[in-house]
Amino acid sequence: MYIVIIGGGSVGYHLCKALLKEGHEVLVLDKDQSKCERFEDELGSVCIRGDGCEVATQSDAGVARADVLIATTNEDEDNLVACQVAKSKFDVPRTIAKVNNPKNEGIFRKLGIDCTIGVTNLILKHIEEEIPTHPLIHLLIMGEEGTEVIEVKISENSRAVGKTVKELNLPVDSRLTLLLRNGEKPQVPTSNTLLKADDRLIALTSIDSEETLRKELIG
Amino acid sequence: MNIIIMGCGRVGAQLANLLEEEGHKITVMDINDNSFRRLSSTFSGNALVGDGTDEESLKKAGIDKADAFVAVTEGDNRNVMAAQIAKHIFNVPKVVCRIYDPLRKDIYETVGLEAISPTTVFAQLLKEKILEK
Repeated sequence: MYIVIIGGGSVGYHLCKALLKEGHEVLVLDKDQSKCERFEDELGSVCIRGDGCEVATQSDAGVARADVLIATTNEDEDNLVACQVAKSKFDVPRTIAKVNNPKNEGIFRKLGIDCTIGVTNLILKHIEEEIPTHPLIHLLIMGEEGTEVIEVKISENSRAVGKTVKELNLPVDSRLTLLLRNGEKPQVPTSNTLLKADDRLIALTSIDSEETLRKELIG
Repeated sequence: MNIIIMGCGRVGAQLANLLEEEGHKITVMDINDNSFRRLSSTFSGNALVGDGTDEESLKKAGIDKADAFVAVTEGDNRNVMAAQIAKHIFNVPKVVCRIYDPLRKDIYETVGLEAISPTTVFAQLLKEKILEK
């Protein structure tokens, strides 16, 4: 496949290296001369200096025959425009954008980017998983709908302990979908389910209501 | 009309003053509060520090009730992104943005944005000036 990468930062560099190793044809575009020289020295002639958001630069880079374009700069608006230019001017079948500000993930999808990689959320998710006492873990974000799946750990001090689900004041767009309790089979909580310490709840919620849900369950 | 202007540079500030003189309700946004010095001393609209590509800031600026949105920051891509958010996510009826790069302007016009390229307009004006008799 012919893959064009916009941005020769650390993501762009290592992505380029990995894709070359897999035998793909790769070209990197970056505005910065010193970054281009690093590519030249270490990976060969795989980098062109230029603004990857410009039609002329993309044209020189042969984006018209690219199978995939991946925008990896640290500026979300640049990644958006690079993908949109590739899509609307050169009909690139697949465009992928790195999204630095988590809020922009949904916006990018609404504006026609095929795939978004929310780097900040990814890192956050991994850190949460590594902190055992962290009571709320983001499992999955469904960008377009603004909905997410989270796991909430109930501890002895949590607000929800000793309450049934119907006694909680849950946001209307949040659902407790699964209850995981030690020694028991996973069950779907009903309005009469009594919550105990050490319960783990999988919940579906709108991103906007996450904070209210967290407060109601954990306090 | 309720009009939001993103970017309080020379153009943004002057546009704010002109529109206000005509009786419109103006909100100017800029990421740097120092830029608001360019507004006329009689400006009575809103001046708001905030990023026009950020949904929260746009809501604070009252985008839900805006009749028009203008993106005139120094960054083409910033303008393009903000304009698309205003048009496609907040459904603002009239959205205009500045795109210096004429080729990029053409692309975004084909996808439905109203854009003005000062580069093209100014070059044309200069040409006419030079060739006028």
